Formats: sequence, C-alpha cells, structure tokens
Amino acid sequence: MTVQLIAMQLFSGLALGAILIMVALGLSIIFGMLGIVNFAHGALFMVGAYAGLYVASLTGSFWLALVLAPVLVGVFGMLIERFLIRPLYGRSPDDPLLLTFGLGYVLVEAVRIVFGTDGIPFSTPAALRGVVDLGIGFFPLYRLFVVGVVLVVLLLLWWGLEKTKFGLIVRAGSADPLILRVLGVDIGRLWLIVFGIGVGVTALGGVLAAPMRNVSPEMGTLVLAEAFVVTVIGGMGSLAGAVIAGLLVGIAVSMTALFAPEMATIVMFALMALVLLVRPNGLYGRAAPGL
Amino acid sequence: MSTVRNVELASAEIPTGFAAFRCNLRRWRVPLSILALCLLPWVLPSQALAVNVLIYGLVAVGYNLLFGYTGLLSFGHAAFFGAGAYTTGIAIGAFGANWFVAMIAGVAVAGLLSVVMGILAIRTRGIYFSMVTLALSQLVYYTALQASSWTGGENGLRGFTVSTLTFPGFSINFLDPLVKYYAIMVVVALALWFVSRVLNSPFGAVIEAIRENETRARACGYNVERTKLLSFVLSGLLCGLAGTLSAMHLSIVPLDSLHYHTSGLIVMMTLLGGAGSFFGPFVGALAFLSMEDVFSLWTSNWQLIVGVIFILFVLYLPKGIWGTLISWRANR
Repeated sequence: MTVQLIAMQLFSGLALGAILIMVALGLSIIFGMLGIVNFAHGALFMVGAYAGLYVASLTGSFWLALVLAPVLVGVFGMLIERFLIRPLYGRSPDDPLLLTFGLGYVLVEAVRIVFGTDGIPFSTPAALRGVVDLGIGFFPLYRLFVVGVVLVVLLLLWWGLEKTKFGLIVRAGSADPLILRVLGVDIGRLWLIVFGIGVGVTALGGVLAAPMRNVSPEMGTLVLAEAFVVTVIGGMGSLAGAVIAGLLVGIAVSMTALFAPEMATIVMFALMALVLLVRPNGLYGRAAPGL
Repeated sequence: MSTVRNVELASAEIPTGFAAFRCNLRRWRVPLSILALCLLPWVLPSQALAVNVLIYGLVAVGYNLLFGYTGLLSFGHAAFFGAGAYTTGIAIGAFGANWFVAMIAGVAVAGLLSVVMGILAIRTRGIYFSMVTLALSQLVYYTALQASSWTGGENGLRGFTVSTLTFPGFSINFLDPLVKYYAIMVVVALALWFVSRVLNSPFGAVIEAIRENETRARACGYNVERTKLLSFVLSGLLCGLAGTLSAMHLSIVPLDSLHYHTSGLIVMMTLLGGAGSFFGPFVGALAFLSMEDVFSLWTSNWQLIVGVIFILFVLYLPKGIWGTLISWRANR
C-alpha cells in the first residue's frame, strides 16, 4: 500500500464522482425548478448510453454521439414533460413521482425489446485510449477526459444560470413561480426547457459512463440509487451540494474499493445514513417543500 | 377521508341507500375478504396464481397502511419482504428451526429492520422520504448480495423446505397445494383482522389525520414522528410476514425479492387497486398478477404493457380500481 496507489485511487474516485455529479445535477435541476423527483432518471441515463451507442454505430464517431445523444434524449425529455408530467401539476407531489417510476419501468422494457437484454460493450474511442503519466503513476486518459468534460459542463451551467438573462428567469422561477407568472413569463415553456436540460445532462452522463461500464438495460437502477444518495447528501435542489457530494461519494467509494472491495457499494449508503442523522436536509439543503 | 367519517356519523341515525351499503361494507370487510379469499383458488385459472395473490395481497395491505392511510410513499418495502423471507429460510435451512419459530424470527427481523430504516427515513419529509427509503433498501440488497455465504448471493437462498406444519396434536401436509393455500390464508386472514382493528382504532384516525394535514395533527398535540414510525413499523411487520409466507411457499428466496423492482411492484399493486381503501390492495394484487398471468402468455415483454397501464392509472384513475368504483357509486 503506497502513497502512489492511494493517490491514483483518489483520481479514480474523481472520475466516478464526475459521473455521479452529472446524474445528481440533472435530478437537482429538475427538482429545484419543477419541485418533482424524477424516478425515471436512472432509466434516462441508460437511454442516454444507448442513444450514444446507436449514434456512434450509425456515424462511427464518438464525438458526434457525445453531442447528439444528449440533445436527442433531452428533446425526448421535453416530450415527457409536455405530455405526461404537465397534466399532473397541481396534484399531489407523489403523482409525478409515481408516473416517472412507471415510465422508468416502461423505458427499461422498451430498450430490452429494441436492443436485447444482454449488455453491450462500448469501446473507448481510439483517440482517448491509453494512459497519461501524472507524475505519481499512469492514469487512463479516458477518465481524465471525463473529468474535463464534466468541468466544462459545470462551467457552462454556472455561466448560464448566473450570467445570462435566461438563468436569471430560471433562478427567479425556482424562488417563486407564481410571482414570475404574474410578471408575464410563460412558466410552462420555462419548465419544459429546464426539464429537457436536466434530462440532457443525465443522458450526457450516460454516454460518458458507457465506455467505463457495460451498456445494459439494468444499468440505470444502481445509478438512480446513487443519484438519490448524492442528492440527499448534498441537499435537494442545490447545485453546489450535488458537486461536493458527488465528489465525496466518488472518492469514498473508490477508497473503500482499495481497502475492502466488497464494501464499495455499501459505503455510500452508510455515508448517506450518517448525513441524515446529522443534517436531515443534506449538507447544502433547504427544507423540503410541502410543509 | 372525510366521506368515511360522514358515513359513520350518518350511520348513527338511519343510513339509507349507498351510505347504508357502505357502512355495512365497513362492518363486514374482514368476513367479506375472507369469503372472497376462500373462493379464490376455485375462480382463478391456477392455484399458483391464487397463492401469489394471497402473499402479494398481504404485502400490499401492509404497504397500504403506510402509503394509503399515513400518506408516506416508501420505495423500500422490498427490504422488509426480503428480510422476512431470508430470515425464515436461513432459520430453517441453517439452524433447522421449527416452521413456527422461523416465522416468528422472520417477522421479528423485518420489524427490527423497519425500526432502523424508519428512524432514519422519518427524519426526512415529503419526496425525500421516497428517495431515502429507496436508497436504504438498496443498501440491504447489496449487503445480501455480498453476504453470499449466508444468503446464497445472486443464486438466491436454497436448500430448505417446509413439508409439514406440525402443531401439538396434529400436523398439516404443506405439500398439497390446496391445503397449503388455506393454511397461508388463515395467516393472511388473521393479519387482515389485525389491520382492520388498527384502522378502526384511534391510532387509525390519527394516521389519516397526519395524511390529510400534518401541521394540524401536530398542532392538535399528536406526536407525528412517533405515529409515523409506528405506522412504518407495522407496515414493515406485515410485509415481513408476507415474506416468511413466500419463503415457506416457494422453498427458495430469490435475491430479487430484496430489489428495488419488488418495491416498485408493491407500489404498483397498491395504486392499481386503490391506495387508502381496505379492499384496494387485494384488488390491485389480483389485477396485477392476473395481467402478468395473461400477458406473459402472449409476450415476454409483459412488463411494458403493465407499465403503460400503470402510467394511465396515475394520469386518469389515481384512486385505483376499487377507489374509483366506490367514489363512482357514491356520486350516483
């Protein structure tokens, strides 16, 4: 057990955490704005990975898949919001949750019909194969690339939310949708776009994760639980919370994998239980609505 | 549930028409359920389906106590179902326990687990609650997957059978399908009677008050956290009981019985039948399992059809089959 090994594992945790951040961000964006928990989130992550696989096999380009798949799945997300979730506004907050749960169920089954039940390997693009010398050891180039892409997405989101007029409207909408509507903003359209962005971010997470895991219809289930753990630790609706908690969980999981591999999946749930005991609303959370 | 209360008030005077019917339905709900369950194996196409309706019906009844009556949407009840099943299987297989001791152990472990999960989950509110219960039940799932020397890991727990139920003085052949059905039915009937008593008790009124308006219930001086926890544990105990019955029925415990999908099935059955009504969960289990039975003959992707039907129910019939039927009759 050397210092190098621990440092390398820390970097692996960073890459794992980066994927978790993407999924938790998507969940948090949608919750912060629309006040609903998307239980189809894991399934949409999986659909993102399959969409990436499909575009890559059609065009032969990973880069095109990386851009096109999230856009396609994001548009699909908008259709979901428009035709399935919109009729439920004003009803119990449990209803969209139940609906998206059913939707996740349907999506997994639909993908099984179209792509088969077996996992499909997704090869790392040629340009990103190989390793990089970090000075402390060799690190897979692709994982470094994932961390880079997530950083870019985070910066874009931050810029979009804090520096643009659209971001200003979004932040106002999450603070008080009623006042925003009174001011003449079409909040239905805003929610449609925000839902699409949330789903698109998750789908991008799915495409990025595909070369690191096998693509299979069930890959979303663990992701959904992971995303919940991260958002509960970070605090629902908080973007900073999602980032910090994503890194925390990613590093905790990969460090445990080093010392006690069989505990790796379990440790993040334990971490969540601990946070719940100390801070029931998460590290950065505000109280849940509906009180 | 203000309508139910009104019906009760009216019944003190002279109930007429539908109010009288509904009042009688309430009084006779346990005997009526037992009668229906007695007829079930003769009505349904297979006895295997009938036993499944019994077991999953009981799970849904237990779940309904929490979701339908207390208003807490848990996505982790597979943990209790699975814990009951695994404990019973391990008690019989590894320790050679008597069937009755194994059942008690199964229910006790499920109850203990629900206390721990409940204490953690009830600290959170609203939709957080659903997320935390889901995450905690996945923790139980992965723990069972890792502890394969005890649980059999991915292959599930095997190597135990219950062939006879021995009582002091006599014994029951548990291998005869029809005898098995009625033996399980006796346990389910006792559980239904217990649930009916709970719902009729002051505690039953308090959990409905919490569902309708938590803040007001708190202002009335009820200890909301403790009541929620008690409801959570009761519902966990009932799901655990169903789990022990399932283990004894199947003689294996599949790992999937702990999985998020099983929790989802429980939610779907309860909602399809009608959350917050006494007969709803059984109607839901019957409807869901019959659909599975019929559709799986046509296609291996029957879950797609069931999922679409579930979505349509959430959109257009959120009260479920039984709940819609009742409110339709009431409005006539």
